[in-house]
Amino acid sequence: MAVSREIERPQPKLVPWTRKLEDMPWWGLIVLLAFLLVVYLIYTSATYQDAYRFLVAGVKVTILVTLISFSIAIVLGLIAGLGRVSKNVIFYTGASVYVEVVRGIPLLVQIIYFAYVVAPLLVQIVNSLGAFMLQYTAIQPLMGLAHTLTNLHIQDVDVTARAIAGLAFGYGAYEAEVFRAGIQSIERGQMEAARSLGMSYFQAMRYIILPQAIRRVLPPLGNDFIAMLKDSSLISVLAVRELTHLGKLNRARTFRTFETWNTVTFLYLIMTISLSLVVKFIERRMAFEE
Amino acid sequence: MKSSIVEPLPMDDDIIIEHLYKSFGKVKALIDANLRVKRGEVCFIFGPSGGGKSTLLRCINHLEAPDSGRIIVDGIPVTHAKTNIDLVRAEVGMVFQLFNLFPHLTVLGNVTLAQEKVRKRSRGEAERVARELLERVGIPEKANAYPGQLSGGQKQRVAIARALAMNPKIMLFDEPTSALDAEMIKEVLDVMMDLAQEGMTMVVVSHEMGFAKAAADRMVFLDAGQIVEEETPEELFKNPKEERTKQFLSQILY
Repeated sequence: MAVSREIERPQPKLVPWTRKLEDMPWWGLIVLLAFLLVVYLIYTSATYQDAYRFLVAGVKVTILVTLISFSIAIVLGLIAGLGRVSKNVIFYTGASVYVEVVRGIPLLVQIIYFAYVVAPLLVQIVNSLGAFMLQYTAIQPLMGLAHTLTNLHIQDVDVTARAIAGLAFGYGAYEAEVFRAGIQSIERGQMEAARSLGMSYFQAMRYIILPQAIRRVLPPLGNDFIAMLKDSSLISVLAVRELTHLGKLNRARTFRTFETWNTVTFLYLIMTISLSLVVKFIERRMAFEE
Repeated sequence: MKSSIVEPLPMDDDIIIEHLYKSFGKVKALIDANLRVKRGEVCFIFGPSGGGKSTLLRCINHLEAPDSGRIIVDGIPVTHAKTNIDLVRAEVGMVFQLFNLFPHLTVLGNVTLAQEKVRKRSRGEAERVARELLERVGIPEKANAYPGQLSGGQKQRVAIARALAMNPKIMLFDEPTSALDAEMIKEVLDVMMDLAQEGMTMVVVSHEMGFAKAAADRMVFLDAGQIVEEETPEELFKNPKEERTKQFLSQILY
């Protein structure tokens, strides 16, 4: 018996070396070579070095703006996503209007709209609130506050803050759909089991559905983070000093179009490719866990 | 068998179902269902699939909202709009066909979560109760395992422990052994038999006729949304009155 089994064991198949070559991640090698070339240029060429030094500050702003906007977008998305699966008509309708309207407007237009329409409108509302408080002189201790409110000017509202608000509001709608899909992907029996134990809808969401749903949506959230990092270049129209805007400034300063935009591209790619490696790692770990 | 129970007062009815109707679209799942389950009774519901067994069971803890009719569980009108259904559900344990364990929590977490969040027990107290119950269903060594690492029979026993941890007055079983491999059915039925002997009020939807013979006080035959016959197991197996019951029994009994 043992002998026959020995014979039956399949021989390891030999893979031809050409197949092995085809399976290599060549794209990674090519990108790596391009990276090394740019790094080499930054080290050796004075114009590249100059561009790099000028642009690095923009990387910081880009990352910071993306981190803040994405955090807000996730909170907005979670709330709107819960609304999209809610049985409460008002909550559901509000969330749906938000998602459908925002997804129908170009992000660039939204950013401009937020900066030049919504923000001034809010300032006007604050102004009239201050004016209203001034009319009722009875509220003496709040007089200082009332004056501050009345004198608030649109120029006082930081343009970066307006840009962050626009980005976050726009991306929140997309994250809402991500969360909705994640919540709906959890089997109905989970909610039923939780409710049958006497948990409220809210408790069941909080302790049973969301922990599972959030784990499932981590990869798409990661991809959206990368997408937002790229889309943050749109806020250069508001002259926020992020990477793309600094690129424009550097070109205007040095007239070195070629070197400037090579370096800008290089810096974006460094950020996005390393982030997408992180997302791939999370994806693989999750596949292993399930 | 608990046939020794003296004729109880109507107050002792744990579950009262009156004139219950429920339809899904055009399909009538329940037509004028009436049922009373006494305290400590084991009520066994059987019948062909699609006959409304699960719907009837799920109406008891309002996982399904009936179209009309009245359900009173432990003196509380479940079907009344102002009833806080969560309070009723905490007193009514439910075991599902597909277990529905929480996959992101350990076995211990599965059994302690509702105790802490609904019963407001301390972590230590909840864990003590959980370990006691896991001992009772025969898998104390799996406390720190995740549901994905358990066999079907073990999962179902955890699900029973999870429901029991709330100290329910009533237990509902929705085809608890239908998704199990043959060799695991007995370990789950053993746990249920134990419960029945302790005097738990139980409503069991199942095809396990052996369990019905051994543990049920009453058998209810449900077909096409209607309760066709209600009888003790001895009577029902010996001489079923209705033609449909006879037919069904001859089809499933070997």
